[in-house]
Amino acid sequence: MKKLMLGNEAVARGAYEAGASVVSSYPGTPSTEITENIVKYEDIYVEWAPNEKVACEVAVGASIAGARSMTCMKHVGLNVMADPVFTASYTGVNGGMVICVADDQGMHSSQNEQDSRHYAKASKILMLEPSDSGECKSFVKKAYELSEEFDTPVFIRLSTRVSHSQSLVEEEEPVKYELKPYEKNPSKYVMLPGNAVGRHVFVEERINRLRAMAEQSDSLNPIEDNGSRIGVIAGGIAYIYAKEALGDSVDFLKLGVIYPLPDARLKEFAAKHDKVFVVEELDPIIEEHCKMLGIDVIGKDVFTLLGEYTPAMIKKAVTGEDPAEYNAVEEAIPVRPPVMCAGCPHRATYYVLKKLGLVVSGDIGCYTLGAAPPLQSIDTTICMGASVSAAHGMAKARGPEFNKKLVSVIGDSTFMHSGITGLVDIVYNKGNNTVIILDNSITGMTGHQDNPTTGYTIRREPTKQVNLAALCRSIGVEHIVVADPFDVKNFEKVVREEVEREEPSVIIAQRPCALLPNMRKIYNGLCEVTDKCKKCKVCMKLGCPAISLVDGAVKIDATQCNGCGLCINVCPFHAIEKSA
Amino acid sequence: MNIMIVGVGGQGTLLASRILGGAAIKKGYDVKVSEVHGMSQRGGSVVTYVKFGDKVYSPIIDKGEADLVLAFELLEAYRALPFVKKGGRLLVNRQRMNPMPVITGAMAYPENIEEKLREKAEVTAVDAIPLAEQAGTIKAVNVVLIGLLARSMDIEKEVWLEVIKECVPPKFLEMNLKAFESGYSIKSVSVN
Repeated sequence: MKKLMLGNEAVARGAYEAGASVVSSYPGTPSTEITENIVKYEDIYVEWAPNEKVACEVAVGASIAGARSMTCMKHVGLNVMADPVFTASYTGVNGGMVICVADDQGMHSSQNEQDSRHYAKASKILMLEPSDSGECKSFVKKAYELSEEFDTPVFIRLSTRVSHSQSLVEEEEPVKYELKPYEKNPSKYVMLPGNAVGRHVFVEERINRLRAMAEQSDSLNPIEDNGSRIGVIAGGIAYIYAKEALGDSVDFLKLGVIYPLPDARLKEFAAKHDKVFVVEELDPIIEEHCKMLGIDVIGKDVFTLLGEYTPAMIKKAVTGEDPAEYNAVEEAIPVRPPVMCAGCPHRATYYVLKKLGLVVSGDIGCYTLGAAPPLQSIDTTICMGASVSAAHGMAKARGPEFNKKLVSVIGDSTFMHSGITGLVDIVYNKGNNTVIILDNSITGMTGHQDNPTTGYTIRREPTKQVNLAALCRSIGVEHIVVADPFDVKNFEKVVREEVEREEPSVIIAQRPCALLPNMRKIYNGLCEVTDKCKKCKVCMKLGCPAISLVDGAVKIDATQCNGCGLCINVCPFHAIEKSA
Repeated sequence: MNIMIVGVGGQGTLLASRILGGAAIKKGYDVKVSEVHGMSQRGGSVVTYVKFGDKVYSPIIDKGEADLVLAFELLEAYRALPFVKKGGRLLVNRQRMNPMPVITGAMAYPENIEEKLREKAEVTAVDAIPLAEQAGTIKAVNVVLIGLLARSMDIEKEVWLEVIKECVPPKFLEMNLKAFESGYSIKSVSVN
């Protein structure tokens, strides 16, 4: 029976049906649900690793040991794991290995819009790109076969709309996969220069063999001949949009293999058409390859380099046909950007940091939303872990007085991911920074994944818990304060004291995410504004989505308030009370 | 059919789109549902698309192409207006949630949205919050609205109930069925 599945769910199903037995990932939108769905399959060992580099190395190790393995990440996570990836290309595999990377066209939940297809060419690794959930499953299974046949890891390139769209998938029985025998083979797996020289030769030959496979594969690179003089070359979600826009009115070369591209197939397809369009979101990777082959194609001359495409946009570019008429909204209407939830522990932290006028070196997580009005606390956001190391650089550039006005903020999971190394740098190189670890007991933004500080595995089995204070102490930080940001007065005092220190210090701002089931029990009742209100609007500085001004009076929206009580803590006139 | 479900992150639009997708698949259609996860879920504008028919390619809906928009909040209904096709319909929950630019005073919440929508499209507006409260919890607003949606579509009630039973944890089932019923029994659904 066919089932409606998210692309990510179908990728997980594909891994299961192919007999994969080790999966290690770090969460990141839009890739997270792949690994979460692996949890359904009890025979697969699955874990959240502290970061993508570790996750990839776990998958490489499992492959060398003879298992079919997988690692999944968002596009920027691939940057973190690039180191093992480039050398895993040389070692090749024993059991098949699949690397799923999900790009985020339109930056729904990301700090950049990089096109991960570049990595396939750079690392010389085969890349397949499915266009819907059905292909997510079948391409993953095919990827394991190709991985073993060609002795290569295989990229599965996803995107937000493929990962987060549901479409129909036919479930099949899993194969019984026997581990490949483990044999010591230093010339393949010990990448000393002497061995790597030989493997590089192998890698270059492998690309030629893979290209020949891609040339011949009607299933991965099908041609749809509709008898048109116009041809469209596209893969992934861009193919789907083009198909919706143009139907059977043009011919298609649908590319399931993004690297290596099938040169002869591209040339033959182009030769049969008067006009050939390349439809690809983000960078002109296919287009430039075609032009290098001397094929005259139309690409980024008519399509944007930015954001997501739509069928209407493609129809306009190819046929000149205007999009459907629509009713415009004739006034400027307020945007609704994402905000920190009612009850979010980070709100209290930023309230204090803003009040103290500190420079805040920010990081990646829910707490990045502290950059938005009205809190507007954050000065920089670059990548996972950069809050700590970038602040060290700022302090070294501008000196001790500047440093006394500077803090880093980083979440518990992000600190484990790559904040700890920055803190080691500060301690080792005589920095005096203050680092605030926003410990909300979970990986929040991606939807509540466990991490090394939560005490639970991905399967919710109890495990050893990294103690953040002890960890910081062990690397040489002598001043560590654990404080609840909702105790606003004390938290402010702590921050004031710690930034003055001429030594490294860590503040662990400890309060769980308001959306955790336990907190839903702890927070209760509703906050209500009483007639003692003097309309000073201090509570509104919190940027709580539940608090707003209605006809000049401060009102708390009962549908949004979760009774966290932060507004009660900051009201100077005791004018907010808890009702049942 | 192209159906768009809009609201504010946290209102439960995802469940609504999954239930609709589930109902369409039981009717034997090809179905695609496009969801929103991650940062944009955190109290921001949330848009999901459900498309079904003999064959569906794109999971997204362009401006002027939605047969029906189900809006969980007024301003989001207004924002979605350009997506409604000529002759298309809007089902709107009259709830108003202030976005941050309104809270900070940078912009005003638009006035008379319901009237402005009626000038351009066929609109059914309801107060789903009291109905959800009557069913047992304000959190069931999404299921009330699913009931309203079900009533407006050409899929039998039994199919919807079957899907809800599959999607909702057993201990909340009774409450959700009650909420669905209250949305489903709203009178004069397809008339202004």
